[in-house]
Amino acid sequence: MSNLDIHHTTLLGPDGHPLAPLPAEFANHETIRDLYRHMVLARTFDAKAVALHGSGRLGTYASLLGQEAVGVGIGHVMRPEDVLVPSFREHAAQLRRGVRPEELYLYWGGDERGSAFAGPTQDFPVSATVGGHAPHAAGVALAFKLRGEARVAVCVFGDGATSKGDVYEAMNVAGLWQLPVVFIVTNNQWALSTPRREQTAATTLAQKAVAAGFEGEQVDGNDVIAVAKVVGEALAHARSGNGPRLIECLTYRLADHTTVDDAARYRDESEVTPWWEKDPIARVRLYLSATAGWSDQQEKALLDECGTLIERAAEAYLATPPQGPEAMFDHLYGKLPADLAAQRDEVVAATKNRADG
Amino acid sequence: MAEHTLLEAVNLALRRALGDDDRVLVFGEDVGVGGGVFRATQGLMQAFGPKRVFDTPLAETLIAGMAIGLAAQGFRPVAEIQFMGFIYSTLDQLINHASRLRTRTRGRLTCPMVLRAPYGGGVHAPEHHSESTEALFAHVPGLRVVIPSSPKMAYGLLLSAIRDPDPVVFLEPKRLYRAAKEAFEDDGEGAPLDRCLVRREGNDCTLVSWGASMKETLAAAAQLAEKGVESDVIDVCTLKPLDVTTIVESVARSGRLVIVHEAARTAGFGAEIAARVADVGLYHLRAPIMRVTGYDTVMPLSRLERHYMPNAARIQAAVERSLASD
Repeated sequence: MSNLDIHHTTLLGPDGHPLAPLPAEFANHETIRDLYRHMVLARTFDAKAVALHGSGRLGTYASLLGQEAVGVGIGHVMRPEDVLVPSFREHAAQLRRGVRPEELYLYWGGDERGSAFAGPTQDFPVSATVGGHAPHAAGVALAFKLRGEARVAVCVFGDGATSKGDVYEAMNVAGLWQLPVVFIVTNNQWALSTPRREQTAATTLAQKAVAAGFEGEQVDGNDVIAVAKVVGEALAHARSGNGPRLIECLTYRLADHTTVDDAARYRDESEVTPWWEKDPIARVRLYLSATAGWSDQQEKALLDECGTLIERAAEAYLATPPQGPEAMFDHLYGKLPADLAAQRDEVVAATKNRADG
Repeated sequence: MAEHTLLEAVNLALRRALGDDDRVLVFGEDVGVGGGVFRATQGLMQAFGPKRVFDTPLAETLIAGMAIGLAAQGFRPVAEIQFMGFIYSTLDQLINHASRLRTRTRGRLTCPMVLRAPYGGGVHAPEHHSESTEALFAHVPGLRVVIPSSPKMAYGLLLSAIRDPDPVVFLEPKRLYRAAKEAFEDDGEGAPLDRCLVRREGNDCTLVSWGASMKETLAAAAQLAEKGVESDVIDVCTLKPLDVTTIVESVARSGRLVIVHEAARTAGFGAEIAARVADVGLYHLRAPIMRVTGYDTVMPLSRLERHYMPNAARIQAAVERSLASD
């Protein structure tokens, strides 16, 4: 009989005080400053994306506000050769993996080239459909296992996705074949307008691993050190051939579902406010101030650095001309079938006529 | 030269592909020790080992989705869906993911996978085991849809499908699995995936079909020939991309087009062929385009299926209506 008592980890409390001794690899200030910097960068990226949408220069965008610790924690402990298979709100993990902010702006700005990552070239593009990417991660992990590679696939999805059969099918096979994959639920409490309590009667989402024959655990998703530790352990476990794990990161979507949503329609502000007090970024700043003398000047310098980097990325995105209309045919097949070449000529001619007219 | 059934041809092609290319994997429900419900994968696991040929849990979404992950990682997965009636839960994977992975990453990731499934009626199978819904897949940009109608073509087309750099839905007419033998060389030679095949020649009418109903179409053509009516019989082979040129060239000679398919009529693939011929070959036509198809009904259970499926008499009658109409 499996135990449904799900282990929960928080290391750094909301007030910046450690609740337990920090693991050695995270006890040095350099690592924590690095985690902090990436969270600030993710939030700066996010704010700029929302602003770009507001001024009509970016498409509908899914904000990660409040969830920075999940993505940065994951990205911090993954190896470059691992493969990330993300949902559509995991910009922080993507950025930490080396996807460029201008690439993400391109994608959310409506340009396929935004998923042609120059950095992590085997990472999957985001899955805009919910949970359908979990079987891909199982396939990637099976590829690693068949080739005998010490690599891990990391699949990230939201609380809503755990209600889908796709996710269960992927977890089931991963448990059965002991695949090197780590499933991560970013439980931000809301699947668009549906709260977590209306998804499932299961007490935790982590316990869904039990039926698939492996361990699930919960972690404070607003504690970047805890996320990095727990995900890091799961990666090591999977990498050494011991199979998958499911990690439920408890966090909160402080923003609307997307830039075209208005969460005020379905949730009360009184629910949101307490989560600001658990802000993943503030707690690390408090910790750094208390233990490493993190100064206002350092804070300002970091904000300036991230601001400049993101402004440059936004400029690079905005300065990228759209692809020609024939580009929709460019990567449809390895070799374009003859009857589609005629359709490509059609769109080129139609564009030319418009230009002439 | 040895003779083989269509089923043996599928097995030979899989065997050849597994032997030629370490990246090829064969998996699905009951394809390993069991060798598949029709025995299409018989002996493959024993020959190539459980790392190359293996059973999956009973989960079609997983089968298709896992194939995508493997393909993106450089493998050449050939996944089996046991019957076409079970393929619909893979539509999300095929439409939202497999068909567009190359496009949406600008070629950074690709999806060279094959999803095989037996399709069609005529074997008195249980419910959900007899439909022909190939048109659903032909509608999806980024996929290829291939349907062989003879052992030799099954062999060549399947090899080409496995070698193709993009996702292919490969539908096998199960009614023809053991219906006839054909002699061909197991030489590893692929057949083109963008070409119709002219199976019989004649200038009086053009008959177009694919898959299982090729059998009735060829039978009708033979019976018509006895009456002095000679028909071109074109086997579409690859529905997507469609080689409309071969069909239009034939219609230019015959002036008549009869399209035969087992699938329901409305929005069946015959409609696309008719539209494409009308686009570029309308003035070659001396008679309205005829379609001989399954009806727009739910595929009946086995007692009525012979009334549903096109037979040689219905095809002949359509050709005669065509001949009588100018």
